[in-house]
Amino acid sequence: MKNPGVSSKDFNSKRSTPMQVLVRKEIAAHIRSWRFIILILLIVLTFGAALYVSSMGLKDAVSNMRDPDQSFLYLKLLTTTDNSIPPFHVFLNFLAPLLGIALGFDAVNAEYNNGTLTRLLAQPIYRDNLLFAKFLAPLIVVGTLFVALVMLMIGGGLMGTGVRIEPQELLRILGFTLISVLYVAFWLSLSILLSIRFRQPATSALTAIGIWLFFTVFFPILVNLAIRPFLPNPNYISEQEYIGYNELILNLLRLSPSQLYTDATTTLLMPSVRSLGPITMEQMVGAIPSPLSFRESFLMVWPQISGLTAAMMICFAWSYYIFMRREIRS
Amino acid sequence: MKDPIIQLTGLTKTYGKFTAVDKLDLHIYPGEIFGLLGPNGAGKTTSILMMLGLTEPSAGTAYVCGHNATRNPIAVKRKVGYLPDNVGFYPDMTALENLCFIAELNGLTKSLAQTSAKDMLHVVGLEQEMHKKTGSFSRGMKQRLGLAEVLIKAPEVAILDEPTLGIDPKGVDEFLELIKQLSREHKLTVLLSSHHLHQVQRVCDRVGIFVGGKLLTQGSIESLAQNLQQQEGVSTVITLERAPDTQRFKEALKVLPGLRKVSINELSVELKTDSDATAAAVRILVNNGADIVAVSRNGYQLDDIYNTYFENSITTHTAYEKSRGFFKRFQ
Repeated sequence: MKNPGVSSKDFNSKRSTPMQVLVRKEIAAHIRSWRFIILILLIVLTFGAALYVSSMGLKDAVSNMRDPDQSFLYLKLLTTTDNSIPPFHVFLNFLAPLLGIALGFDAVNAEYNNGTLTRLLAQPIYRDNLLFAKFLAPLIVVGTLFVALVMLMIGGGLMGTGVRIEPQELLRILGFTLISVLYVAFWLSLSILLSIRFRQPATSALTAIGIWLFFTVFFPILVNLAIRPFLPNPNYISEQEYIGYNELILNLLRLSPSQLYTDATTTLLMPSVRSLGPITMEQMVGAIPSPLSFRESFLMVWPQISGLTAAMMICFAWSYYIFMRREIRS
Repeated sequence: MKDPIIQLTGLTKTYGKFTAVDKLDLHIYPGEIFGLLGPNGAGKTTSILMMLGLTEPSAGTAYVCGHNATRNPIAVKRKVGYLPDNVGFYPDMTALENLCFIAELNGLTKSLAQTSAKDMLHVVGLEQEMHKKTGSFSRGMKQRLGLAEVLIKAPEVAILDEPTLGIDPKGVDEFLELIKQLSREHKLTVLLSSHHLHQVQRVCDRVGIFVGGKLLTQGSIESLAQNLQQQEGVSTVITLERAPDTQRFKEALKVLPGLRKVSINELSVELKTDSDATAAAVRILVNNGADIVAVSRNGYQLDDIYNTYFENSITTHTAYEKSRGFFKRFQ
């Protein structure tokens, strides 16, 4: 038998760390799976449709002199719509969770049920390596997909219109991509957590979809229902109190990751958005309706980004905790 | 004697109030094939998982290849190949890809992994199926592939958990022969667990009988038989032509050394003695005018070993087989 330590005199190929091997295998498995091909088709189709609609209305949007964002052609390309279909970033608000869930819901329990987990963990690798590979590989794939899409869009826009892209626009679009990947990462880590918690892939997928539906459909209704009984008649309270209540509702809504994502992407893609809550007339006095700089927009969404990151980290840490202590026998 | 390569001291695992493995002490020496025998649910798999550091023992230590399996599992896993009882592969990858993946995880370079994976597939006789997806593999083929995977990391110890389960008799023969041959060729220490005494008998140098979380006895099959013989005595059955004179024969046979029990039925005399006394018994009977047509002497066979040690669990054995999935969590 060959001893790998002695006979590996092959200088052409490098020895890779277990982590690299795991990630490579995961990526290969994802790319080859039908599930991922369908998801890609879905995303590309949505992206194409949204882009088509926006490019149709682009001329009006760019020549609309009352719009302070009218000079940002590429941002307009991402956000303009004639209301027949929502713009891409709103679409992604629905699709990204689906992407995350689909790529992670059977990450651990499928290995478990296949009998491959015991075999894998009997190899000289650390348990957390496996978990991290399960998390990292889909993100690399999704990140590549998103970056490729926006690059294609920018390239297409450059060729089609011949308008130079502002560095600011590029930064904003990359920021949008980053936040989208982060949003997918949150749902991915949640679904990995569920895939460790539940033995059956179907159960974990259903639970993940349940959580997703709860946050997108029921959570806003629930917040409304919960707040309304305590809300005094707006006619009898001061403006200050009114704003306070409004702020409270918004903050409650921000417990939902999809609200955080919407806030963050809207701010980044529409430079004229200067506040995510209500603004009083006093605050607006003297303000010129002009776009914010990238740095200011970015600072504005910083809480949203950290909120999403924190939610993702909590899910990941939790799954790490239960996976490390889990009996691995099938 | 050489230092043991697997050294378990007081190894215990409890799940709540249930004790899966109870103070297991076991030494396995380099180069031997050790069979861990026991009915399902005896704690074999749990012990194995503790040796690999995949399950934390409640008490006691497991040293494998000189490393503490609980504290330093990576070092142990580098030197130990493990074939789990229900081995599975990624169904969308071919046999070769599955094998290369494991080889690379063990630190082989890509090209080296490729060549040694091909070698191993030849060794286990799967070269024809190299590029087939493992989703279509039969149980026996999966076991072979599993063995190839154990061997590809060039281990010092191979731990095979129920390697013969679910393979047809011919497949079992070939598989065990392969294990034996590989163990001899590569000076590999093999620990295999099974509940099929008959299969294990053919390949194991030593066996340990493991029931209800306890190691009842260990040693070579011959020494186990000898022990049993000392405990239970030798039984001799002498068949006569005519109905015997019961009282007279019984009196006469009393002079036999180490006699434990005489029972006389219609045409046969059954004796239990400490050691073999067949010849003396026959002589006494002939002298007393008996016409003997047949004599049979029972040495202790595997079935007896099996029955004696598994007595309590043997009745439920078939039930275990069928509802394996249910009982497995106690195993």
